[in-house]
This record gives sequence, structure tokens and C-alpha cells, in this order.
Amino acid sequence: MKSGRFSLSVTIFWLGIFFLYGPMLMLIIYSFNASRMVQVWAGWSTRWYGELFQDQQLMSAVGRSLQIAFYSASTAVVIGMLASIVMIRFTRFRGRTLFSGMITAPLVMPDVIIGISMLLLFVAMAQSLGWPAQRGMLTIWIAHTTFCVAYSTVVISSRLREMDQSLEEAALDLGATPIKAFFLVTLPVISPAIISAWLLSFTLSLDDVVIASFVTGPGATTLPIEVFSQVKLGVTPKINALATIIIGVVSIIAFSSWILFRKIDQHNRAAARMAAQG
Amino acid sequence: MKKLDLARILPGGRRWVIAGPYLWLLVFFFMPFVMVAKISLSETMLSIPPYTAMFEWLDQTLNIRMTFSNYAWLLSDDLYIQAYWNSIKIAFNATIFCLLLGYPMAYAIAKAPPHLQTTWLLLVLLPSWTSFLIRVYAWMGLLGNNGVFNNFMVWIGLIDSPIQMLNTNFAVYIGVVYSYLPFMVLPLYANLVKHDNALLEAASDLGARKITSFFRITLPLSVNGIVAGSMLVFIPVVGEYVIPELLGGAETIMIGKVLWQEFFNNRDWPVASALAVLMILLLIVPIMLFHRYQNKEVGQ
Repeated sequence: MKSGRFSLSVTIFWLGIFFLYGPMLMLIIYSFNASRMVQVWAGWSTRWYGELFQDQQLMSAVGRSLQIAFYSASTAVVIGMLASIVMIRFTRFRGRTLFSGMITAPLVMPDVIIGISMLLLFVAMAQSLGWPAQRGMLTIWIAHTTFCVAYSTVVISSRLREMDQSLEEAALDLGATPIKAFFLVTLPVISPAIISAWLLSFTLSLDDVVIASFVTGPGATTLPIEVFSQVKLGVTPKINALATIIIGVVSIIAFSSWILFRKIDQHNRAAARMAAQG
Repeated sequence: MKKLDLARILPGGRRWVIAGPYLWLLVFFFMPFVMVAKISLSETMLSIPPYTAMFEWLDQTLNIRMTFSNYAWLLSDDLYIQAYWNSIKIAFNATIFCLLLGYPMAYAIAKAPPHLQTTWLLLVLLPSWTSFLIRVYAWMGLLGNNGVFNNFMVWIGLIDSPIQMLNTNFAVYIGVVYSYLPFMVLPLYANLVKHDNALLEAASDLGARKITSFFRITLPLSVNGIVAGSMLVFIPVVGEYVIPELLGGAETIMIGKVLWQEFFNNRDWPVASALAVLMILLLIVPIMLFHRYQNKEVGQ
């Protein structure tokens, strides 16, 4: 890209960025609107934030969603790590085609299909095994974990594929057991991928409305289900305030994890260089 | 190259590492599809759960009861066929729009100075980490009859009265492109950034113009990225529910919405299951295409 010259792709890039951020900016501005009429500007105010925190139903849904997202992300990362090892290191075993298919399919499968099929499984299991006795947080956790495993595996396995295997081999040659080599060498190297897989799974779980609507039971309303039921009735300033908070939190987390990754990466490269110089 | 031999962890250790994730996916991802297929062959019944049992012990014999009436019903009613056709049409057009906007964006990032690339990519991806629901909702405030766009256009005198934008197919297209654009850009960038610049230099040395070398070198080399990005948009959009529900109107009949209504409003689980099975059959080829691309990436 020569500077000072008009470039069509760069122009479209910034237009696209404007397209992506403009609507969110409008949400943020209108969340500070004093008027109940969403589209009429009546001066700056933070009253909708106050009303948001008064909404007991919404607040308890937030707590429930955060809990589900935490458990789903944590489980998905552990299973995803094992699945990545299987995908990258075990290139040949019976049933590998089915396995890799079950890793990629959830990435694109429409939510309504995952939702209805999961629910039918839970219903059938409750009928024949008596478990899960009631649908609610447990069933949402299982459903979210399942699709988050796919995303975690994609993120972690791409890192594992790039990893220099001679590091592991060196550890093994020096007498480390495979378990020790995994925890002392492999795990630190893939840790940025594990953190990003966890964060991705967390946000995906926090975001899901369709699958949760299918597999949830009485009393287990998550934040997206609650927001969706309010949003269907139209635009409200309270939801604008909630949106602003979500956008703010996500930006802060994304920004700080980006800095963290750069640090970890630099640290790892320095360590690898030192090891190479011996 | 010697592989890390996890088999040494414990006797049969390798088997255990495989078994964990395999079993989870088999039970919670594969089995559900078997259940959907099974329920789609049963009849609806006023009971809990609201469908007839397929296997029953009557007089010490196993009775197997299944019916294809749900499928016959779907194929006989125009509404369902219309819904499938509409969903494919909307998903296809939206994929083209995403590609037309996403390809230049990915190209700009890949050609940007290396120290800027991560930041630019982050700029594109950041919106997709905020709530999907919130981003679709944002357009309700912009496109409504009393929304920002209409108010603005009336204010500058471009139009006299608000034009209907929300609850139309137009709004659905905007919502889909807006929500799925990052999924198009990411695989395209991942592909474009790997291209060898020497090829373009060679072409230019041989007298090719920039536009020629783009169409004869860059574009053919990025086919994998185009396929991956397009499938990441097309497949989920065919079954999209939230966007047509919030932004679409009466004219927007999409299969995801119809399935939802059959399931939640009519409580007809067998018909909803049959709809899901037909949708899977429709998407199996695109999904396999996407899977093959994913495997190609693994092979590299």
C-alpha cells in the first residue's frame, strides 16, 4: 500500500468499519436520552441506567447467564483441548472422519436445529433414564458446552498445529514424562489460545438466545431470553442502557486480553530464543 | 517427525484422550439428530411429551409405529416450500452482499503494513463479540418508522412522510449482512495474508496490469477463503430465526421462523422435527463443502 494514493479496498474497509460501528454508537448515544420516547432527544440523563438496575427479573437473569457462561466455557475449554490433541496429534484412528465432522458441523449448524435436537434428546433421556429430571441451567450448560467445544477446538488446534514440537521432544529426551512435558512445555505455549478459546466460549454462551429458549425449563430465564422478550415489543431506553454496558464491558475485555496476548507471545518468543541459544 | 507419544501416559492413555471428547460429542451432538429423525416419524398427540411413541410393547410384541405423514404434509403445503425457497434466496443474496463488502475489507487488511494488521482485524471482529441480539436490535431503532433514518430524511426534506423500512426484507438483508460480515472477513483475511507477493511482482515484471494480476492470480488463489467465508454466512443464515423475527415482516417467511412457530406456538413437535430434518438434508452439501475446506487448512 503506497501512502498518499487512493486505494479502493482501504476506502471500502473504512466504510465497512463505519457500517459496523455506526449503529452501536447510536445505541450508546440514545441510552443517555432523558426522554421515554426513544427517538425524541430531550437532553442527557442517566435515569435509564438507574431503572435498569431496578429491574429484578433482568438482574437475576444476568447472574444466571454469567454462571452458565462460566461453567460452559470452562468445560468446553477442557474438552476442546483434548479434542485438539486428538485432531492434531492422532492423525489416524478409527472414526476420525466422524470425529472431525462433529467438530466442524456445530460451527455452521443453524441454532434452531441444534436447539430442537438437543431438547428432544433431553426429553427422551428424561423419559428413559430419568435424567435430566428437570430442564433448566443444567441442560443449558450441556447445550452450550457442546457448541463451545467446536469453537474451542478450532482456536486451540490452530495454535497446537503451529507449535514447535521440538520443544516437547527436548523435554522428553531430557527424561520428562509425557504428562510432565505436557504441563510444563505444551500447556504454557498454547495458553494464549486456551484463554482466547475460553473468552470466545464465554461470549458465545452469554449471547445465545435460540438454543437456550429450546432447552430451558421453568424459572431458568437467561439474559438473552429476557432481553429478547422485551425487545420483541419494541425499542426501549432501558435496553439501550443495557446494550451500552455490554458494549463497554466487551471492549474493555477485548482490549486488555489483546495486550495480554502480546505480552505472553513476546515472553514465549524470548524463552524460545534463550532455549535455542542454550 | 517424531510425535509426542501420549500413549505412554498410561496404558491405553491415547484411547482415554480420544474417548472423552468423542463420547461427549457422540451423546450430545450426534444422538440429538437421531432423536429428531425419530420424532419426525411420529404423530402429534396431546400428552407430555406431545408425540406418539415409536416403540411400544403390546401383548408381549414390539410394535413399531412410524409415519411419513409429517413429510407429506410439509410437501403438500405451499407455505413450507415457500419458506425453504425464501430462506435459500435470502441466504444466497446476503452471502453475495457479504462477499462484495467483505472481500475488499479483508484485502485491505492483508495489504496493510504488518504492524497495523492485527489492530484492523480486531476492529472488524470486535462487534461480533458484543451481543448478537443487541446488534440486531440496534437496527430496529435506526430503521423504524419513527427511527433515526426516517426522522433524518424527513428533517432534511428528502421525503415527506416516513417510508416503511423496518419489518421488510430490506431490513432483514441489512441485519444479516451486519451480523455476519465479520465471519466473511476472517477466513478471507487468513487466506489472503498467506499469498506470496513474489507472484504479483513477477506478473508486474512481465507487464501485467494490477487489475489483470488481481483477477488472474489473487482471486483464483483465494478460492478457499471465499468458500469458507461464504459457507460460514450461508449455512447459519438459512436457519436464522432472530433476524427475521425482529427485523422482518409478514413477507419474510423463513424456515427458522416457521420451525419456531410450529414448535412453540402450535406445539407440533413432529412437524417441527420434520422441518429440521429437511433443513439438514438441504444443508448437508454446503456443510460438507465447509468441512472439506476446514480439513484442507488442517493439512497445511
